[in-house]
Amino acid sequence: MKNIKIKIDNIDLVVPEGTTILEAAKKVNINIPHLCYHPDQAIKANCRLCVVEVAGSKKLTASCSSYVFEGMDVQTNTKKVRDMQKGILELILANHDQDCLKCLRNGNCELQALCQRFNISKTNLEDTVDALPLDNTNPSLVRDSAKCVKCNRCVDACQKGQEVHVLTHSHRSIHYNIAPAYEMPLEETFCVFCGQCAAVCPVGAIVEKDDTAKVWDAIYDSDKHVIVQVAPAVRVALGDAFNLPKGSIVTGQMVAALRRLGFNHIFDTNFTADLTILEEGNELIKRVTEGGTLPMITSCSPGWINFIEGRYDHLLDHLSTCKSPQQMFGALSKSYYAEKAGIDPKKIYTVSIMPCTAKKYEANRPEMVTNGVQEIDAVLTTRELARMIQSAGIDFTGLEEDQFDNPFGIGTGAGAIFGATGGVMEAALRTAYEVITGKGLPSLNFTEVRGLEGIKESTVHIDGLDLKVAVAHGLGNAKVLLKQIDKGESPYHFIEVMACPGGCIGGGGQPIKSTMDVKQKRIDAIYQIDADLPLRKSHKNPDVMKLYDEYLGEPLGHKSHELLHTHYHSRGMKYNFGELTK
Amino acid sequence: MSKTVSIITENFGKYDPSSIDSYLSIGGFSAVKKALAMSSGEIIEMTKKAAVKGRGGAAYDTGRKWAQAASVKGDEKVVICNADEGEPCTFKDRSIISKDPFRLLEGMIIAGYTVGAKNGYIYLREEYRHLKPLLLNAIQESKEKGYLGDNILGSGLSFHIHLYSGAGAYVCGEGSTLIESIEGKSGRPRIKPPFIKECGLFQLPTLVNNVETLAIAAAFIQHGVEEYLSHGTPDSPGTKIISLAGNVKNPGAYEIPFGLTLREIIYDIGGGIPDGHELKLFQLGGASGKVGDASILDTPYTYEALAKQGLVVGSGGILVVDDRTRVIDFVKSVQDFFIHESCGKCTPCREGNRQIAKIIDRFVDGDQRQDDLQTAERFANIMKNCAFCGLGETAQSTLLSAINHFPEEFGLEVAASEKH
Amino acid sequence: MNSTKPNGFGVLTSDLVLKIDGIIQTYESNSTRLVGILLDIQDIVPKQYIPREVASYVSEKMNIPLSKVYDVISFYAALSDVPRADYVIQLCDSVVCKVTGNTILRDAITELLGIKEQEATADGKYWLEYTPCFGACDISPAMRINGKVFGHLTTQDSVKAALDLYK
Repeated sequence: MKNIKIKIDNIDLVVPEGTTILEAAKKVNINIPHLCYHPDQAIKANCRLCVVEVAGSKKLTASCSSYVFEGMDVQTNTKKVRDMQKGILELILANHDQDCLKCLRNGNCELQALCQRFNISKTNLEDTVDALPLDNTNPSLVRDSAKCVKCNRCVDACQKGQEVHVLTHSHRSIHYNIAPAYEMPLEETFCVFCGQCAAVCPVGAIVEKDDTAKVWDAIYDSDKHVIVQVAPAVRVALGDAFNLPKGSIVTGQMVAALRRLGFNHIFDTNFTADLTILEEGNELIKRVTEGGTLPMITSCSPGWINFIEGRYDHLLDHLSTCKSPQQMFGALSKSYYAEKAGIDPKKIYTVSIMPCTAKKYEANRPEMVTNGVQEIDAVLTTRELARMIQSAGIDFTGLEEDQFDNPFGIGTGAGAIFGATGGVMEAALRTAYEVITGKGLPSLNFTEVRGLEGIKESTVHIDGLDLKVAVAHGLGNAKVLLKQIDKGESPYHFIEVMACPGGCIGGGGQPIKSTMDVKQKRIDAIYQIDADLPLRKSHKNPDVMKLYDEYLGEPLGHKSHELLHTHYHSRGMKYNFGELTK
Repeated sequence: MSKTVSIITENFGKYDPSSIDSYLSIGGFSAVKKALAMSSGEIIEMTKKAAVKGRGGAAYDTGRKWAQAASVKGDEKVVICNADEGEPCTFKDRSIISKDPFRLLEGMIIAGYTVGAKNGYIYLREEYRHLKPLLLNAIQESKEKGYLGDNILGSGLSFHIHLYSGAGAYVCGEGSTLIESIEGKSGRPRIKPPFIKECGLFQLPTLVNNVETLAIAAAFIQHGVEEYLSHGTPDSPGTKIISLAGNVKNPGAYEIPFGLTLREIIYDIGGGIPDGHELKLFQLGGASGKVGDASILDTPYTYEALAKQGLVVGSGGILVVDDRTRVIDFVKSVQDFFIHESCGKCTPCREGNRQIAKIIDRFVDGDQRQDDLQTAERFANIMKNCAFCGLGETAQSTLLSAINHFPEEFGLEVAASEKH
Repeated sequence: MNSTKPNGFGVLTSDLVLKIDGIIQTYESNSTRLVGILLDIQDIVPKQYIPREVASYVSEKMNIPLSKVYDVISFYAALSDVPRADYVIQLCDSVVCKVTGNTILRDAITELLGIKEQEATADGKYWLEYTPCFGACDISPAMRINGKVFGHLTTQDSVKAALDLYK
């Protein structure tokens, strides 16, 4: 790799061939302004904010898409450059809803930050916000075209990242817009509500549906018994919102904050993650030994469920019938817990804190009902929880650590790793191995299924059975495995699929600016939690054992089926063209 | 019409464009035969000698472009004939396609042979769909007679031509955008680098040439460059088909030698302004071109002389506007064009056009605000400097040059000596 | 719960599906030919447009995401996602035709057909749209009807004569 000598703002530096001006500038602590650039995505070069002066060129040069050459002389802050950048920002603002106080991204918005940097506000340009109607009819996401800066980050996430291909740019010139085909609301498309679009949006054009008001109301309602469960991926990400180092483990403070917010009890979703392993592990063993549909595919990722129910609805039998940990908890909260606490299920308000926007959709499913009431009453993303804590004036970093409550307070390391891609698989293997062989595992670490590679494979030898497993994260990778199944060529017994790249720690509801670097830190933190816990196997969770003894009976038993298992159905969004060509 | 010549247009009206036999009877395909007997290097030398600047408007030397394309490594190369001709007041390519389609095919075959491409693509604008059957027939008949396909005339050369249709987008006249369209996508220009000549259509090394450029190549391969070079000026040798239209008595596509003055073109060839009206302005090179006025009518039509006046040859369009049209209305119709044609993906062009259009509308109605002109100029400059592609960069050329030539129409007071 | 089924098949009939299949087959279902395929399909869809059900059919048949198909339909001016008419009249509204004076032509259409831009006649026969330059500047003022060019339209009679060919 050749090394190239260049000058940026009169500073000499040497960078490898193939470095862009934008990247080179970062190396000498210069942040060239940009909006459409995202380190995990393809270069787009359409906002034109990153223009710089390059000696020898009459026009300005976009630094995100231009590569260094020997002797290149770049100026990033000349009067001409700054005037142009200010002008471009003014153009964006003139077609942008400037009612920041009402926006969920107020204070956490890249456009605001840029305007502040250049000291820009309303200009002499005519405000002409040319927008499509608000799209807020689905439970998970809100799209507000009036705030869209047309950077195309969401399009990249939906098309190249997730390969769902719902969002696209369309029309041209002043009608250019980002929307689904025929400007349909997301609810009428194959959108899986994974929220990867919201996770990369620089402004408030795509945000999570905010359910904090609902939850505040429930907490104020003396008639309601409000309990909350928290997903494994939240505790390694929540700290981002309070300026703690990325990947900080903030479990204790998180519980303390929830306590202060006024929840009656605070529970750990890791508990039901363990429970899921008991059910799903036994389900897998049953399918393998009794000739059930294989490969079996995990079912805890609602974005993934939406995907397969939409596009591959002929393969639904491959899904595990287990509900997700969120929903298993919800079901128990309105049955087992209600009975144990002596409270009418109708008065129990169950909230879940999730890294995920699709969980809101999942909670809303008509089949997710137990004892006549919805299992989960509200889902808050990590971002919403952060806002609630800030809104309540709680000084998060100063809190003394607190602990989850009984009877759903204990989660093993196996439950904790659900938050990372490969975690469900590893947790299942830890239990399946010991249940089948009756022996202890030499090592609990199945490292072959860990890490950020799109598709991971492993073969585990369990008493003469060569269990072939695969792990996919990101729906594009899931598609590869599904196509294999379609062709009858899948070599696997068991597949874990997480819709979001990185797994739940990279979910669409996590704090903004979760780049791949940040995701790696969260994954490291998750496996640290696992390594530090005294209990690391789901079948050793004493409270899970108690639950079976006291209430459920045995895995896959009658009670389990009633409460902890579900069924799937086609989303019915495809035209049945076959009827026309009969 | 003695001021026109016929080298590029020599076959117009001389044969039935729907019949290869008719074309062959006037010596058609002799250019291909001659080319196949030459080496690629020899053809490039001839092309360099002819000094043909790309006729789509970019004016890049064709000899140099072919030399670069030939030197790119790769077995699978592609030649594209840009028949998108979307620049307003430009219809020369239409004339070539409708009257001499076989010569165009010859030009493509010669280009393919020279640079080492096995496939050629004609991108025909949708507005010329009535010419599609003619072109398809020409391709089919050429295949049948062995001038296209595998092993052309026993030379071992393989060259196939495919016809793709545009669908009403001026921006698809730009090379990378055209390629996106042939790949079945919407027309949004590509980031460069990588450049088309290395990574173009289907990621293959691609040569894009205008219809007229390819026709000229066939002409001078057929007859040699001497006759072509006997016309024009030392700096702008040869001939060009101009598209003359607007307020002239005789609008049309005419082949002229470089060096005729604008006066000769507009008044002798064009017959002057009808109904006793006076020339107000003219626009050269289509909607993205700057305007000029009567004071420079004696400028010779050459690349250099026009450049000295801040004008370009461009696509060869010459739009004549008389005193019946207000300058501001003219500017508005150009702005309307770009609002319609911008692809919309980059901020300066999309939002710049949007805002400047509003300002121009106020000027049209006579209720412009005090800072409107300054604002329009400011954002026109931002577009010029920061837009993603040539469309955004040149969309405000008309406005800026109109302000320069006709400041009083924009409410600017100018001393008589300052006005140019 | 999300269970919005598409309502019926809209303009798609078995007959039309067969014809669409034929078009796609002519281009060997080559996804690079999408623009040309959609233009040919638009020619045979009543009212000359591409509704959602047709786009979905092409999307499925050619294995191209619907969003990409819609991006193409919405981007290109020659493709319409709203119903037009049996005969699409396109008036050049660019610089040259404006300068040579196309007001007579515009007024003639309004008088003879009673429609304005982006409107169809009540009987669904004619649709009017303004388009940029289509290279007929030397015979300006000009219009196209279903792709055929008519020029020198300086009188209402000449306009009527052209329209009369499309009854």
